[in-house]
Amino acid sequence: MDHQQPPWSVSGSSQSPRSPSSQPYLHVSVIDPVKLGNGVQAYISYRVITKTNLPEYQGPEKIVIRRYSDFVWLHDRLFEKYKGIFIPPLPEKNAVEKFRFTAEFIEMRRLALDIFLNRVASHHELRQSEDLRTFLQVDEAVMERLRAHENGLFKKPVELMQIFKDVQSKVSNVVLGKEKPVEESNAEYEKLKHYIFELENHLAEAQKHSYRLVKRHRELGKSLSDFGKAMKLLGSCEGDSLGKAFSELGAKSEVVSVRLQKEAQQLLMNFEEPLKDYVLAVQSIKATIAERANAFRQHCELAETMKLKEINLDKLTLTRSDKMREAETEYNQLKQANEEAKRRYDDMVRLMNEEIVRFQEQKTLDMGVAFHNFANGQARLANNIADAWRSLLHKLESC
Amino acid sequence: MMGAENKGHDHEEAHLYASKEEMESLVLDEHPLSSNSNGNSNFFSSYRSAMSSSLPDSHHPLSPSAASAITTDSDPLLSPPPYPELHGPSSHDNSYIKPPNYADFIFTPFDGEDNKGLESPSPSSANSPTSFSRSSSSNSEYIRITVSNPQKEQETTNSIVPGGNTYFTYLITTRTNIPEFGAAEFSVRRRFRDVVTLSDRLAESYRGFFIPPRPDKNVVESQVMQKQEFVEQRRVALEKYLRRLSEHPMIKKSDELKVFLQIQGKLPLPTSTDVASRMLDGAVKLPKQLLGDGTVAPHEVVQPAKGGRDLLRLFKELKQSMVNDWSGSRPPVVEEDKEFLEKKDKMHDLEQQLSSSSQQAESLVKAQQDMGETMGELGLAFIKLTKFENEEAVFNSQRARALDMKNFATAAVKASRFYRELNLHTVKHLDTLHGYLGLMLSVHSAFTDRSSALLTVQTLLTELASLQMRSEKLEAASSKVFGGDKTRIRKMEELKETMRVTEDAKSVAIREYERIKENNRTELERLDKERHTDFLSMLKGFVASQVGYAEKIANVWGRVAEETSGYVKESI
Repeated sequence: MDHQQPPWSVSGSSQSPRSPSSQPYLHVSVIDPVKLGNGVQAYISYRVITKTNLPEYQGPEKIVIRRYSDFVWLHDRLFEKYKGIFIPPLPEKNAVEKFRFTAEFIEMRRLALDIFLNRVASHHELRQSEDLRTFLQVDEAVMERLRAHENGLFKKPVELMQIFKDVQSKVSNVVLGKEKPVEESNAEYEKLKHYIFELENHLAEAQKHSYRLVKRHRELGKSLSDFGKAMKLLGSCEGDSLGKAFSELGAKSEVVSVRLQKEAQQLLMNFEEPLKDYVLAVQSIKATIAERANAFRQHCELAETMKLKEINLDKLTLTRSDKMREAETEYNQLKQANEEAKRRYDDMVRLMNEEIVRFQEQKTLDMGVAFHNFANGQARLANNIADAWRSLLHKLESC
Repeated sequence: MMGAENKGHDHEEAHLYASKEEMESLVLDEHPLSSNSNGNSNFFSSYRSAMSSSLPDSHHPLSPSAASAITTDSDPLLSPPPYPELHGPSSHDNSYIKPPNYADFIFTPFDGEDNKGLESPSPSSANSPTSFSRSSSSNSEYIRITVSNPQKEQETTNSIVPGGNTYFTYLITTRTNIPEFGAAEFSVRRRFRDVVTLSDRLAESYRGFFIPPRPDKNVVESQVMQKQEFVEQRRVALEKYLRRLSEHPMIKKSDELKVFLQIQGKLPLPTSTDVASRMLDGAVKLPKQLLGDGTVAPHEVVQPAKGGRDLLRLFKELKQSMVNDWSGSRPPVVEEDKEFLEKKDKMHDLEQQLSSSSQQAESLVKAQQDMGETMGELGLAFIKLTKFENEEAVFNSQRARALDMKNFATAAVKASRFYRELNLHTVKHLDTLHGYLGLMLSVHSAFTDRSSALLTVQTLLTELASLQMRSEKLEAASSKVFGGDKTRIRKMEELKETMRVTEDAKSVAIREYERIKENNRTELERLDKERHTDFLSMLKGFVASQVGYAEKIANVWGRVAEETSGYVKESI
């Protein structure tokens, strides 16, 4: 039952060790990356383990094999279905070819996918998704079919879209004033949008510098190692105690160099990755913002069109025209569509408001952990370095 | 304490808007510092006043070196920063930052806490890079040279270009207690050409010694670089050179140096003429030499043929060296000193290792610099993010986060400064490597003095041998002819005379050669001893500064780790 909790991410409470087994639980993990295929078609597959007591699932434990594009499928389906919710971000799709199969990259991706899945499984709405169940349970062949099917089709919600398209073509530009984009005029929401967009810029910069800092650790490690080697050789030109001193310096330099390389890796995993994740999360919110704008626009335009139809219908009713029945049907359809659009939009607003609170709290926690790990790592590194050099200093003093 | 905190807070707010340049003088809300700031402010104000005077007034060991070491664009001393940063962002380009000596006392910890095994630096490290601990050694002799105040002057004497040439002079100030100088403090103005003259005269007088190499002429740079920068670069180089000269036990008492440092007006040393006129002179003399006896006057053998005007001698020695290298026969006298040959090989090895160590040291310095820079940029990015979150906060969670972020960012900026300070120390210590690498040039010269002296001896011996043969031939010939051939007798007498002169020259040359050998030997001994001391000092200094700054950095981050430890407990 020991789920590998990623070091810096805090999922919800899906696995409190104190919960009795009668409580519903859903534990997921992504493990065992394996390289499959050859050449350009090579890819990594992962084992996804589900442990649950939920009735909707096919049993207490299930193991399936999944690849990155399967996760993408799940992510996109969730994004489509759960508008208003900030879908947890996936690790980036593209990777520099050279690094795609390095052990480091594979592990980082595995971890990120594990975090993604756990976040979905612990989100009170998303965990109930049918697509999640599908993802966690169907075998590879079925998954492949679903994935192919999805990629082939142009994604769109069915009937509403159709009506909307018909409506759109009948409405003139002048009437709707299409030159002006229809947007919400909500001061609070404007503030939020501005915040999100600016935040992305700041975070991206911070992430850039932290990535560079990782590099600097590696560079310092390397140059210290080279320096140590050169000093050792220099010492061989000298005799007795001085030569020994140089030699010890060389050895210590190597020790410190190794330590620096280790810290570089820690920094990457415990700080740079969380920051990157933060950036991706913000981008996910931006996508949701775009969706909300769409929903709002649809709703507005449908409402407008509906009003026009109403006016038309009234006119026809008065004249007792033959076309009245037809117009009435159309009007009712539109009314329904409009109500649905309004419902969608309202849901989105409500959900977003909840999500943003949750998001901010989560991020404060995540960043707090990241800062702690960074500081801890740096403090340990510095202490180790001080200890290493100090022991050498004692020896040198006696020279 | 409350008052101090509030004041600190105001400072902070102002500095959240700091640009990268301003970051250097960022006053941070530092809790440990505010309690010590009073204790330290005296020390900093005295430091500040010391820095503002143009020349250091005393040789108090902790007083900073020449104010010339400070070239700031913005004056960081205006707002008293806890860690005065003497180098603006442009200093990133210099790999040879001359570290001001205040860095020595920055070392003493600010916090009461980190006193673990930090040694106070040796006070004599004030002087030049290559001799930290030596200047305060057993002898109480003291000499300190400063080069400052470059001034543009007009060439007054015949110049082809109307409007005249301009050149720069530098004020050279000496402070000393060495009795031979006859005064405690004096200044002269000299131009670079004078330094070249000094260097050449020293090379002639001190053959076999390890004479510090003079700064390059940098003809290209002087045209290409900005005047100000070039002059400053030259000033620094001149100071280094003169200081090194003054540390050499023989040269510091030399007439040449004394005259250079003390005599006002025109430098009373014979100037070095250029190669062209030397050759010209030599060409003039050559016919006379060929027609005449072509002997080398004894006094001339004291200098190598290459430098002089005796073309004939030049040719002879050249021929001799060819014979040495290419003919199968062994030259009349060879370098036999095995110990010397071993030493020579060792010097060669040393030079190679010094070269590569010097290079790696530069890379290390750059890596430390980069680390500090990137750490600082990271901190700055988070400071901006903090400000942003504070301005746009809607939720309490954001405000909480902003607080932690600020602490984190502050720590990063502090750590960044520590890295940069550490680098100043590292540069200072590892500069020893560069210094000794430069010294290898002097060693080469000294060995060359020896081999040219040997060549002169060999040439003279060969000469003598051939004269001897001629004399024997003449004798043999004359014994066959009955009666005295007046011309032949005269020739024999002339030959005998030539042989006598050449014999004298040979003795002088051998004496000179032996003298140079002895100089080589003593210098090698001195080099070994001084190098041993200097290298040990370098290693200790390097390691000590690494320890000191690692401790400071550990402290800074330790605090942040503690402050944020709550998050980790929460997430479990």
